[in-house]
Amino acid sequence: MPGPSPAKKTLDKGKGKKKAQDSTQSQDYVPPPPPMPGDEAFAMPIREVVKPDNQLRLSDVELNEEVAKMLTANNPAAPKNIVRFNMKDKVFKLEPMVEQTVVHYATDGWLLHKSSDEAKRQMDMEKMEQEASARFQADIDRASHEHKEHGDVEPPDDSRQLRNQFNFSERAAQTLNYPLRDRETFTEPPPTATVSGVCTQWEIYDEYMKDLERQRLDEAAKARGGKKHSAAQHGSNAARTNEHVPTLQSPALLHSLGTLDRMVNQNMFEEVAMDFKYWDDASDAFRPGEGSLLPLWKFQSDKSKRRQVTSICWNPLYDDMFAVGYGSYEFLKQASGLINIYSLKNPSHPEYTFHTESGVMSVHFHPEYANLLAVGCYDGTVLVYDVRLRKDEPIYTASVRTGKHNDPVWQVVWQVDEAQKALQFVSISSDGNVNLWTLTKSELIPECLMKLRVVKAGETSDEDPTASGPAGGCCMDFCKMAGQDSIYLVGTEEGAIHRCSKAYSSQYLSTYVAHHLAVYAVNWNHVHPNMFLSASADWTIKLWDVRDPKHPVMNFDLNDSIGDVAWAPYSATVFAAVTDDGRVHVFDLAQSKLLPMCSQKVVKKAKLTKLVFNPKQPIVLVGDDKGAVTSLKLSPNLRITSKPEKGQRFEDLECAKLDAVVEVARKSDADLAKRS
Amino acid sequence: MVDVAAVDETFKRLQSHKGVLGIIVINADGIAIRTTFDNDLTVQYAALVSHFTVKARSAVKKLDGDNDLKFLRIRSKKHEIMIAPEFEKSHEYYLVVVQDPSRDS
Repeated sequence: MPGPSPAKKTLDKGKGKKKAQDSTQSQDYVPPPPPMPGDEAFAMPIREVVKPDNQLRLSDVELNEEVAKMLTANNPAAPKNIVRFNMKDKVFKLEPMVEQTVVHYATDGWLLHKSSDEAKRQMDMEKMEQEASARFQADIDRASHEHKEHGDVEPPDDSRQLRNQFNFSERAAQTLNYPLRDRETFTEPPPTATVSGVCTQWEIYDEYMKDLERQRLDEAAKARGGKKHSAAQHGSNAARTNEHVPTLQSPALLHSLGTLDRMVNQNMFEEVAMDFKYWDDASDAFRPGEGSLLPLWKFQSDKSKRRQVTSICWNPLYDDMFAVGYGSYEFLKQASGLINIYSLKNPSHPEYTFHTESGVMSVHFHPEYANLLAVGCYDGTVLVYDVRLRKDEPIYTASVRTGKHNDPVWQVVWQVDEAQKALQFVSISSDGNVNLWTLTKSELIPECLMKLRVVKAGETSDEDPTASGPAGGCCMDFCKMAGQDSIYLVGTEEGAIHRCSKAYSSQYLSTYVAHHLAVYAVNWNHVHPNMFLSASADWTIKLWDVRDPKHPVMNFDLNDSIGDVAWAPYSATVFAAVTDDGRVHVFDLAQSKLLPMCSQKVVKKAKLTKLVFNPKQPIVLVGDDKGAVTSLKLSPNLRITSKPEKGQRFEDLECAKLDAVVEVARKSDADLAKRS
Repeated sequence: MVDVAAVDETFKRLQSHKGVLGIIVINADGIAIRTTFDNDLTVQYAALVSHFTVKARSAVKKLDGDNDLKFLRIRSKKHEIMIAPEFEKSHEYYLVVVQDPSRDS
């Protein structure tokens, strides 16, 4: 093979080698066509012929000169001086034969010579493949033919011939399975024991607390030293005595229940409570001389329904608490008695309930020991309850043995005796006795203050009252003035009122021939020392001056039997009365001397029996003969009271108010007497 | 100790009040020992109320160490939940009454 010719060296770029060669040969440079603006993409690539600096520059003559070249079989690059060590001659000898062949390019061809061995083998293989294929095709044809003839002939097994890659052959190999053998060994079982127990969370908790306590005590004992060790143990003993109380029996739970009961009631009677606290009848401002009563809660229980309210008494300690006595005024319809103690906070259920054998006629709370409740019964017994004990039995009972009244006890009144520390109360009964009961350690000891006797109209009081027959007491009231608390008034069934003193048991201080029928209530004025009211079944209320037993100061006819009358605690001129037709009448003598400020029917189909003012709140309670107690709020016109300025006393102002009323009444009476 | 009958009677009375939906007594462990709700509601109330009460008490106590929680009233849109807790160790409990104050019967 000839070596490369060094005749011409051109450096070409890109395609068009021949053209470049031509241009080089002709030594003229053809500039590329100027690029057309906007079609650079389609412009022909720029061709440039660059001659290297060291290129031999030949003139045209030189270029045209013919250069003869000889091709030889000798490789000019082959070495000519190779020497090799000749083992035979043991000298270096020149190698005469040098490889002259230079391989410039070599490639294996794919053409075979037909007569070569390789070609023969290949032809044999092709021949075998064709035969196998033809055989298989024949099989398939025959099988499909046969299949058409007998459907159950299996298709020929084509697993040997892999027609395509989706043909698989399954191969299984059976290996030797070793037979299973059991090999057992027995050991001694470990010893077991069953331990069981039941433990509540409580017990765990208690134990923890005990442990804590013990640790604490131990530490305390360490800190204090061994000396006080015994004291610490004593402490732990004391702690242990604080025994566990079941939750459902704890008094605290009962207390909580009571509180929640009140809360629920508060929600139930929310509007009423709001009225009680904040509502005032605004229309009162436009109608002086008139007032109204707003019914609030109604207190009633299943047990009280068939009984009559015979007495109501506010608790002196708690403004919202009052006791109600239930019994019967009718001789033929007597039943067991009942006392309910209600709170305004829980109108639906009494806080305390006590049962008595006989109908309750009168109740009274002790003004200082507010838990003591004196009770008078229809059969003449008097009882004392301790409300706090919550036990349905009295702490004191006046029995036949110790002496009791023989007829209904219409009123009981506690005595507050400064000198004597013993607890005492006074009772009045239809049998004509006024008894003073003293509470000793074990029993009630009676002392007769007065035996009431009938005094005929016109008789003077200084005659011996024992001369005539006994009179039945109906009601009584002690003077509310300081220093005169031994003076009391007694109203009788015969209509007379007697002024008596605890100091003298034999004589009346004075006798007022007041009414034609039984006197149901007498009531001293709260402020004025000399004025009192009496109410009677003969439809009248009379205002009396203590010093004038002959004539009442004023008369009020209410057209029905009057159950009760009471002065208001906040004013000397306001009083209220209840009548059998279910009306409550409220008078304010300072505003109207003749007509009631308010005469309102508060119950349907029931007789009102009792009325009491709350000592602080502007409400009254009225009881009826159907066993219900209704609370009523007094409108602003019904509770006008004098506002003392500096240097004035409230009592003086109120007394003056009442005195003025009495003055006018006396004058008109005198005028009437003159005319007649 | 008080008579269980007295407690029972008060329970019945409370339950009969109008609008009262139920009463639960929960002990210190948050387990209802007495209830008028069904089981699911009871468990829910017991868990939530006891946590809430303890939380409320801790708030009160943190404000003033000598102070303690006496009662809790939660007025919600639908109900009023009243809680009377007792933290005395020997008989710790929470008494819960749920009332619907707007209900008429």
